[in-house]
Amino acid sequence: MMPVELLVIGGGPAGLCAAIQAAEMGSRVMIVDRNNALGGQLVKQTHMFFGSEKQYASKRGFDIAKLLLDKIANLSNIEVLEATTVLGVYEDGVVTLEKNGSYLKVKPKAMVVATGASEKALAFPNNDLPGIYGAGAVQTLMNEYGVKPGNSVLMVGAGNIGLIVSYQLMQAGVKVEAIVEGGPQIGGYLVHASKVRRMGVPIYTQHTVKAAYGKEVLEGVTLCRLDDQWQQIPGTEFDVKADVVCISVGLTPLSELLWQAGCQMKYVNSLGGFVPYRDDNLQTSVKGIFVAGDVSGVEEASSAMVEGYLAGLSAASYLGYKIYNMNELKSDLLLQLDSLRHGPVGDRIRKGIAELRIINEAAASKEA
Amino acid sequence: MRIEEHPILSFKRGKAVKFHYNDEEVLAFEGETIAAALHAAGIKTLSHSHEKNRPRGLYCAIGNCSSCIMEVNGEPNVRICVEMVHEGMVVKTQKGKGDIL
Repeated sequence: MMPVELLVIGGGPAGLCAAIQAAEMGSRVMIVDRNNALGGQLVKQTHMFFGSEKQYASKRGFDIAKLLLDKIANLSNIEVLEATTVLGVYEDGVVTLEKNGSYLKVKPKAMVVATGASEKALAFPNNDLPGIYGAGAVQTLMNEYGVKPGNSVLMVGAGNIGLIVSYQLMQAGVKVEAIVEGGPQIGGYLVHASKVRRMGVPIYTQHTVKAAYGKEVLEGVTLCRLDDQWQQIPGTEFDVKADVVCISVGLTPLSELLWQAGCQMKYVNSLGGFVPYRDDNLQTSVKGIFVAGDVSGVEEASSAMVEGYLAGLSAASYLGYKIYNMNELKSDLLLQLDSLRHGPVGDRIRKGIAELRIINEAAASKEA
Repeated sequence: MRIEEHPILSFKRGKAVKFHYNDEEVLAFEGETIAAALHAAGIKTLSHSHEKNRPRGLYCAIGNCSSCIMEVNGEPNVRICVEMVHEGMVVKTQKGKGDIL
C-alpha cells in the first residue's frame, strides 16, 4: 500500500489545474492518467479558446496543454503516473491501479476525480458500420496521429464540437459534405458556424440521419427532416454519399469511480447524465473526494480548468494547506465560472448545478 | 491516408516500423496506435459483433468503447486504439470472444 496525500485521477485540463493549484499550496500530489501522456483532449484542440485571459483565451488548446505541462514539470511535489488505469475506489478509501500489467494499491488522504466524459452515440439503422465515428475519434486520428478519417464526411450535430471538428477536417484536407442538426437552431457559437458556412458547408437544422448504408464499410446516409416534435417527416428523405459519419451529439460524464466511491449522484440532462452532488468547494457527498471538469457536468475546457483550480484549492485546504489570499482566489474562481456560464446554454448548466448543490458543510459528512 | 500538410500542426513521425495484420504487412511509425496505423493503410473493419457478425470499426479512439478490440501478439481483446505499434507485432482479427487460457 502506497500512502498518497492527494490523488488526482485524470490528467486533462481539470486534473492538471487541480494538481498545479494544490501543489503550489504545498500539497504532495500524484496524478494518474491511463493515457501515455498527460493533457487529455486539450492536446488535440487546434482552435483558439474563448473566455478571458485567465482561461488562456486566444491560445490554441495544444499550446495551453504545453503551458500546463511545463508548470507540472517544474513542481517537484507532483508525481505523474502515466499509462496507469484506476481500476477501483473502495469504501475504505483504497484506490487500485494497473500500470504495465502490475497491480498497485494507494491510499490517498484526498482525491480529485477529473475523469472527463465520453461521447454519446445516436440510434439509427446501421449506426455500427465502420466509418461511423465519434467526433473525438476523428479529432484523435487527425490531430494526434495525422491520419485522415476518410475522404468525405457527414457531421451529425452542430454544437461547438461538431462545428470545430468540421473546420478541422477541412484544414486536414477532408471534404465535409454537410452538417445535420436535429434541433431548430445551431447549438454552437455562431463564429464557428459562420466559418464553416463560408467554406461552403451546408448546415441542415431540424434534420437527422434516417439510416446509414454500406456493405462492409459506410458508403452513405439517408437524411430526413424532423418536425417540431423531433419526429421524422416521411417523404423528405435525401441521400448523402460519405465514407465517414461523425457523431457529435454530446458527451456523458465518465462517473464510474464516483459511483464506486459511494458519492450521491443524480441524473441531470443539461449536464450530460449522472453527476455528483457537490458543495461550493466542489467536494462531493463523500468527504475528501472532490470533482472537476466534465465528470461533474459536461461543459467546455475553459470551465474545466477553472473548476480544476477550485477543486485543487479546496482539496489542499482540506488537507490543511493554506495560501494567504485563499478567499480572494476562491471568489475569483467562482466569478470566472459564473462568467463562462452565460447565454442559454450557461443558464441550463447553472440550473443543473443548482439541483446538485450541497449547501451545508455537514452534508458532506460521509468519511472517505 | 496520412495528412502531409497542415496549416497549424506539424506531425513528427517516429521511426518507420512494420507489423503484421492478418496476412498483410503494414507500415507504421513508432508513437502511433495500431488503430491509427491500420486506418492510414485504409483498414477500417477491426472487429465483428458476437451474435450477428456485423463489421465494427473505431468509435471513440480513446479506449472507452471497445469497438476496436483485436488479438495482439496472441492476446485477445486488446483495445488497439490505445495500444502502440511495435516492430514485428502480430495483429489479428479476433474470432469470437477470445480465449485467454
